[in-house]
Amino acid sequence: MVKCASHLVIGMKGVFKLATQNTNSFSVQKMIQEKKKKKSAGGITEKIMPYILFLTAAVSVLTTIGIVLTLIFETFLFFDAVSIKEFFTGKVWYPFSETNGSFGILPLIMGTLKVTVIAAIVAVPIGLASAIYLSEYATDRARRIIKPILEVLAGIPTIVYGFFALTFVTPILRDIIPSLEIFNALSPGIVIGIMITPMIASLSEDAMTSVPNAMREGALALGATKFEVAIKVVLPAAISGIVASIVLGISRAIGETMIVAVAGGSTPNLEWNITGSIQTMTAYIVQVSQGDVGYGTTIYYSIYAVGMTLFVFTLVMNLLAQYITRRFREEY
Amino acid sequence: MNLINHDTVVKRMKPRLSKNSISKWIFFALTMFVLLILGILLYRIFSQGFGYLDLQFLQSLPSRKPENAGVYAALIGTIWLMAVVAPVSLLLGVGTAIYLEEYAKENALTNFIKVNISNLAGVPSIVFGLLGLTVFVRALAFGTSVLAAGLTMSLLVLPVIIVAAQEAIRAVPNQLREASFGLGATKWQTIVRIVLPAAIPGILTGGILALSRAIGETAPLVVLGMPLFLAFLPKTFLDSITVLPLQIYNWTGRPQVEFHALAAAGIIVLLFMLIVMNSIAVLIRNKFQKRY
Repeated sequence: MVKCASHLVIGMKGVFKLATQNTNSFSVQKMIQEKKKKKSAGGITEKIMPYILFLTAAVSVLTTIGIVLTLIFETFLFFDAVSIKEFFTGKVWYPFSETNGSFGILPLIMGTLKVTVIAAIVAVPIGLASAIYLSEYATDRARRIIKPILEVLAGIPTIVYGFFALTFVTPILRDIIPSLEIFNALSPGIVIGIMITPMIASLSEDAMTSVPNAMREGALALGATKFEVAIKVVLPAAISGIVASIVLGISRAIGETMIVAVAGGSTPNLEWNITGSIQTMTAYIVQVSQGDVGYGTTIYYSIYAVGMTLFVFTLVMNLLAQYITRRFREEY
Repeated sequence: MNLINHDTVVKRMKPRLSKNSISKWIFFALTMFVLLILGILLYRIFSQGFGYLDLQFLQSLPSRKPENAGVYAALIGTIWLMAVVAPVSLLLGVGTAIYLEEYAKENALTNFIKVNISNLAGVPSIVFGLLGLTVFVRALAFGTSVLAAGLTMSLLVLPVIIVAAQEAIRAVPNQLREASFGLGATKWQTIVRIVLPAAIPGILTGGILALSRAIGETAPLVVLGMPLFLAFLPKTFLDSITVLPLQIYNWTGRPQVEFHALAAAGIIVLLFMLIVMNSIAVLIRNKFQKRY
């Protein structure tokens, strides 16, 4: 043992000798020093880049702040001319008046509500049925064909849907319901429903696919049919994701603009009737933006007040969806 | 002793089984209904607009006479818009993604940025229009220009690009970074020479999808006050433009059937552009994406 150790020591000494010789011939240390100098020259990029990248990340935060501040400031200017009470409780929205318009937002909210409810009535059953079909019944091949087509449907620009609503859905509906006006709540409602169906279907399908197969197999082993498995096992297990997808879909429907601007009309009213012309919050903003309304008039500021209301509505829906996913998620 | 009464079992099972097969067909039929609607939509638009779709339509400026009208100004406008949106949104989006994935520490600020991005994705596009109207058109006095429209659109599609770039960067395995560090590379060198090249296909795919969203958006541009009818072409970034969706919106809003046919022809052009862009995105994803 001792001999061994002494050999090792001698061996190491040899290595050290070699190393010192190498240092002398190649001057590695010098090279390292030079390299370090070079690095500190190029090191400025190294130090600055995180800050530059942070600035780009700050843009998205600034956007949110910009949206909120813009809406708040301009809405305050609007409330100089119109009382908050009138805005939220007034039952007439008639801004284009020479002397004094009335600015009660309830009719616009009513328009948005009608369209959104119709859209939900169309989209929720169809979206859920597609999700159940795709996740529980469809073969792999069918799924590979159908899912991309649904994505195509989700990628079609909304102006195309608006055109479709006005020139195809409305005429057909008018054949069925003769009292339907050219501009109405029904046709854009149905088309918005079709637009958000792929979104609800694909998000719900994701939620249902993530339910573990062991649960399905357990239920099938107990003698349940596929339908019972889907409705009584998979659906309850995936309910948080499904509800969140529906809430997100409704939020999209509330913020949808071009379909209602093209096919919904421009008559804000508080009636429950869905066959007549309506105006939603978004369609009002479009109507004012298109006309030549002077900068700084009450009407000009009113689009910010309406936009603020719209923003709060969709924000609440989006936060609700996030809360549902976080709070009620079942972990397997 | 006969524990299972065969008749009872059959009697009980029958309604359940028929319910099962009926509901299966209902689910299938509703899914097919969605696809059918897509088919009808495409068929309607093609049958309406195909007659107007020719070289003259692509090369003419908009006109009050339907037979002379075309989408040339709108096509050129869309290209100008992309010339602003593509660099701005890609730079900001990829920068944010690199910061979040490579540099950001796990703290409240980082968390806030992430929550903020996901909420920004849910803000209706028309609200971005209000932001652009106040900040770009009025406060910075860009007017209804390509620049104002492009910057507004960039902010609108920013969340899409950030999320796509984040996913692409996250998919680059850590071994690659460690190997690069092990060879003495600095963090920035590693990001530029190792991480970004590996993540480029994913970033490009997300970027193209985001651009295709920007091409189809109408509402924010209407709010900015972009002209729906424009008979000249832009020369600088401070000139006004009109884009395809605005042109389609303009034609859709007119009562004459000829203009509806023009709108349909415009939609065909728009859908064609979207299909080409999406195909390129899918192609990049399938061809260049490495699986580690």
